[in-house]
Amino acid sequence: MNVPANLRYTASHEWVKNEDDGTVTIGITDHAQSALGDLVYVELPALGRTVAAAEACAVVESVKAASDIYAPLAGEVVAINEALAATPEAVNEDAYAAWLFKLKPADAAAVGKLLDAAAYEATIGEA
Amino acid sequence: MQRQTPLNAVHRAAGARMVDFGGWDMPVNYGSQIEEHHAVRNAAGMFDVSHMRVVDLEGPGGRDFLRCALANNVDKLRVPGKALYSCLLREDGGVIDDLIVYFLREDFFRLVVNAGTADKDIAWLRQLLAARVAASGPQPTLVPREDLAMIAMQGPQARAKLWQVLPGSQACSAALQPFMGAVMGDAFIGRTGYTGEDGFEVMLPAARAAALWNALAGAGVRPCGLGARDTLRLEAGMNLYGQDMDETVNPLESGLAWTVDLASPRDFVGKAALVAAPPARQLTGLVLVDKGGVLRAHQAVHTAQGTGEITSGTFSPTLNQSIALARLPIGVAPGDSVRVAIRDKQLAARVVKPPFARHGKALVP
Repeated sequence: MNVPANLRYTASHEWVKNEDDGTVTIGITDHAQSALGDLVYVELPALGRTVAAAEACAVVESVKAASDIYAPLAGEVVAINEALAATPEAVNEDAYAAWLFKLKPADAAAVGKLLDAAAYEATIGEA
Repeated sequence: MQRQTPLNAVHRAAGARMVDFGGWDMPVNYGSQIEEHHAVRNAAGMFDVSHMRVVDLEGPGGRDFLRCALANNVDKLRVPGKALYSCLLREDGGVIDDLIVYFLREDFFRLVVNAGTADKDIAWLRQLLAARVAASGPQPTLVPREDLAMIAMQGPQARAKLWQVLPGSQACSAALQPFMGAVMGDAFIGRTGYTGEDGFEVMLPAARAAALWNALAGAGVRPCGLGARDTLRLEAGMNLYGQDMDETVNPLESGLAWTVDLASPRDFVGKAALVAAPPARQLTGLVLVDKGGVLRAHQAVHTAQGTGEITSGTFSPTLNQSIALARLPIGVAPGDSVRVAIRDKQLAARVVKPPFARHGKALVP
């Protein structure tokens, strides 16, 4: 499985990317998309919504099952990837390009406390 | 301990994602299950169904026994090789299993039952046989055939692919009409399936399964997992035991009235209960109209006649929208609009008569 070294991760299989403008971009990992199988529906949080860390705030549905997506850290939703409504399969094709939403973190230091690539690989048994 | 089919190592070598299915370690997909689905609708795919159990009924009296044991009428089977779909019922009409029975000779019927229910089915049939021994003398013998593997090849090109790779198979099976089967040495070819497409189900000694599988793969037949099997059967409007019906419901409430013979004077296990209690519910199809999710089992369905429940739901690759089977109150009719509870929403769905798709084509607007 592809686990890019420049991203941070959660044990619930979200990836988090620090952006230069102080926001973070969030998606699901390659491991997650592979386990879910073909995605057919993505439900994203409302713009401006404030989410707590570990709060369920999005849903992805594959042919097989529906799965909650959790906010990796607390913050405000500042962008959502609206293109996924028409092309949920983009997540299967490249899980790290097909982001779900962006947060403005409540605590800028919170990202550094998430799993690094090596720690995430260990949680999915690939280290 | 999970059970493995003779093809387990072949699936793993092909990179299949494996899941537990009724105690069996089975492939759910080998990559994209939607692509596997389309391969079956448009070309040819194959499924390892070796977890299903072949049970032979050998010796005189098989037809008489099946007249009593099955809800469908085995007297419809007059031509050797002909197959019949039937439910096996409890006395109260609850569905013990659904199965296919082939008539091969008067002293040889072959049943194919579901994996998760096989042990229960065999115990039930043996109990019925024992009771008949006491009442009317010697009975046929049940012979579970765990020595056989089974591969289903399905799709418009599936039959030709088998003929291409298995010497002698064309001569044996070219004349088979749908729902007919023929013995081929120690193997068996049935023109049956669970996808709504043409194709074969081939039973053969376990030791030869991998060679046939690999030959079919080499001929371009795409390996397909249980994921595609489920979307294909649901599009074809076929029930899944344990999901769309089980021992708590009867076939008349499960879209299976067409398989229950209440017309003939023949008595069978469960008949009295079915005659005594007209159904209050029906199994119908649903197509999701609104955006907002995917129909899934156990979602509540609100209709003008009361509330029901989805028994199987999925995303239909052929229709490119979500479809379901749902058990709804009697009176709900095709064309009705209903509401389905998905998370915090009530989404509109349309009642339709299954099947949703067969033979490569969508059948609902």
